[in-house]
Amino acid sequence: MSNKILQKKALIPGQTSLLVIEAPQIAKKAKPGNFVILRIHDKGERVPLTIADTDPEAGTITIVYLVVGKSSALLETLKEGEIILDVCGPLGKPTHIEKCGTVICVGGGTGIAAMHHIAKGHHKAGNHVVAIVGARSKDLLLFCDELGGFCPELLIATDDGSSGHKGFVTDVLRERLEKDKDVTEVVAIGPVPMMEAVANVTKPFGVRTVVSLNSIMVDGVGMCGACRCNVGGETRFACVDGPEFDGHKVDFNELRMRLAQYKNQENESMDLFRREHGE
Amino acid sequence: MASKKKFNPVRTPMPEQPADVRNKNFKEVALGYTREQAIEEANRCIQCKVPLCQKGCPVEIDIKSFVGHMAAGDVPSAYRVLKETNALPAVCGRVCPQESQCEGSCILGKKHEPVAIGRIERYVADTFDSDSACEMITGHTACSLPNDQVKVACIGSGPSSLTVAGYLAARGVPVTVYEALHEIGGVLVYGIPEFRLPKAVVAREVGALWAKGVTFLPNWVGGKTITIQDLIDDGFDAVFIGVGAGLPWFLNIPGENLVGVYSSNEYLTRINLGRAYDFPNYDTPAPRPRNVAVVGGGNVAMDAARTALRLGAENVYITYRRTQDEMPARLEELHHAIEEGVQLELLTSPIAINGDENSHVKSMTLQVMELGEPDDSGRRRPVAVEGKTKELEVDMVILAVGTGANPVLLEATPGLKLSERGYIDANPETGETSIPNVFAGGDIVGGSATVISAMGAGRKAAKTIAERLKVEL
Repeated sequence: MSNKILQKKALIPGQTSLLVIEAPQIAKKAKPGNFVILRIHDKGERVPLTIADTDPEAGTITIVYLVVGKSSALLETLKEGEIILDVCGPLGKPTHIEKCGTVICVGGGTGIAAMHHIAKGHHKAGNHVVAIVGARSKDLLLFCDELGGFCPELLIATDDGSSGHKGFVTDVLRERLEKDKDVTEVVAIGPVPMMEAVANVTKPFGVRTVVSLNSIMVDGVGMCGACRCNVGGETRFACVDGPEFDGHKVDFNELRMRLAQYKNQENESMDLFRREHGE
Repeated sequence: MASKKKFNPVRTPMPEQPADVRNKNFKEVALGYTREQAIEEANRCIQCKVPLCQKGCPVEIDIKSFVGHMAAGDVPSAYRVLKETNALPAVCGRVCPQESQCEGSCILGKKHEPVAIGRIERYVADTFDSDSACEMITGHTACSLPNDQVKVACIGSGPSSLTVAGYLAARGVPVTVYEALHEIGGVLVYGIPEFRLPKAVVAREVGALWAKGVTFLPNWVGGKTITIQDLIDDGFDAVFIGVGAGLPWFLNIPGENLVGVYSSNEYLTRINLGRAYDFPNYDTPAPRPRNVAVVGGGNVAMDAARTALRLGAENVYITYRRTQDEMPARLEELHHAIEEGVQLELLTSPIAINGDENSHVKSMTLQVMELGEPDDSGRRRPVAVEGKTKELEVDMVILAVGTGANPVLLEATPGLKLSERGYIDANPETGETSIPNVFAGGDIVGGSATVISAMGAGRKAAKTIAERLKVEL
């Protein structure tokens, strides 16, 4: 597999970029909800990233990342035509998609990219897809044009009110659920607090709610349990049993604690990277 | 003449790094024989008429013959004999439990110390150097013509697949090996630490297979990137499944998901595959505990404990529910661990892991055990001493309590018959599964065992594949 970067687009300059990568076998096999594990250079770590789109004919997959630490900063230094050393996938269970009526897909931050792929899957299955996207301000929103292209409803929330509703996606979601009792499913992808808030909003409505967990992963194929999480009192591996789980059963508190476990080393690694890159 | 010399009942010792030096580095502990030492030890072999040692070896190396060549100082001939049946002698010489295999069967062992077959094997494999990959694999300078009218795929690149690839490549068959991780070697690269098996040794054996025409494809996950059916559709004449038993077991006790609790697979994968011992030069972070408990008494527990010591932990405990005598680990590994400073907490079994306000491990509650009646395995069963527990203050826990079959490939392969325990049901003689021309071997068939038994299974399957495909030898 070549793993060549065919296209790179800054979605939010310096913060979030989109890469179209040549990976024919993964493009052929990937379904919405799947992810890949990347390793950028020969001293690199393995990092999971959701597949935001595929083009099986062109043999490409699309990923979107937020620059948060050493590995994503390193990814941001790569240019079109360059190669990502290792791209492994498609991993995880695909999203469960069937024709079921109205589905609300909620996306926050970089999570909108992954949400977009799932929303597209639901649309293709014949569902009425309501997309709700949120960010701090208008210029941090992603994929609005793409979502607008196939979603009959695109609802926006920004913290500062620069676009759509001023406030959180959960406000918009609650309002939408109140006026429509026929929503079959809610899908939420984004930061942990956002997914937890969405699950809390939908619970009283009794609507099935799927969240996509972003646990720490190493191999991504079920051989280590680094990504384990507590779902309904049972330990599950996000990489092979998920990454999508019933949002009403996930122990978000545990997830948050486990996500923070390498904070010191992550900072140390990033500081070193900054020094080496003269920042 | 060897017979005129006074017979030495004691085997030639292997030089090693001193314990208080090596417990701070990841360099190999055992340093290997010199030529003189290898010849001296090989001369202890009495060249039995009916060598029992060969029967003790799962890949049936002609031990008498290679040791005989070494005794005469003929390393190339010794190497050829080794490579006839063993694709990875430099690995086996280091990690085989020889005491229960070849050396355990050595007749000298009845009254004296057995011949150090593993150490001689290692010397020969490390020393012989050839430009010819053909010679590296087959031991012959001329290779058979390629049998490229057939092709074979292996899923997984651990010891069993490497053996299949080596056997078939030596007979000119093109083999493609699909590996899920980014490095080739399976447990040899992610599991066994550098201080027992240097990665350069594995890379050399893999390199010889590359040069002979084996294609290795990393980042291909069996069951995800490619399925067995895809391989059959792509025209592979036979498929070998050697994906190992990579699913870590947990204990289902309270506190198991606290920060600081690791499966041995995760801990060792971070350190060995991710080179986290060299963080931040390498990007994979490793935990930095002060007091570590490793749960389990096998070789993996020893590897994890010795690794934690090398990464600067002040106290490393191995907690095991029976006594030292019942530990499944090799005696040599246990001795090495104790020499380096690992402490044993025997007759204890964890019942809870306790955390602080940040959900970080702060201690482990252990149930005190005693030995009862023998169980099915013949070992005395550990029984809880009612009401008696102890608290071990630790900030990290590594669970080395075994592994099971990883379901990723199995779930994606309809028609593949599994055993009651969830492993692949394969014919023990041929390795063939319920799907025609699909073979399996190693830990995915028998559950977690040794490198050499996986290689033995690979060898059987490879022989059947060669016969089935009418490969000309």
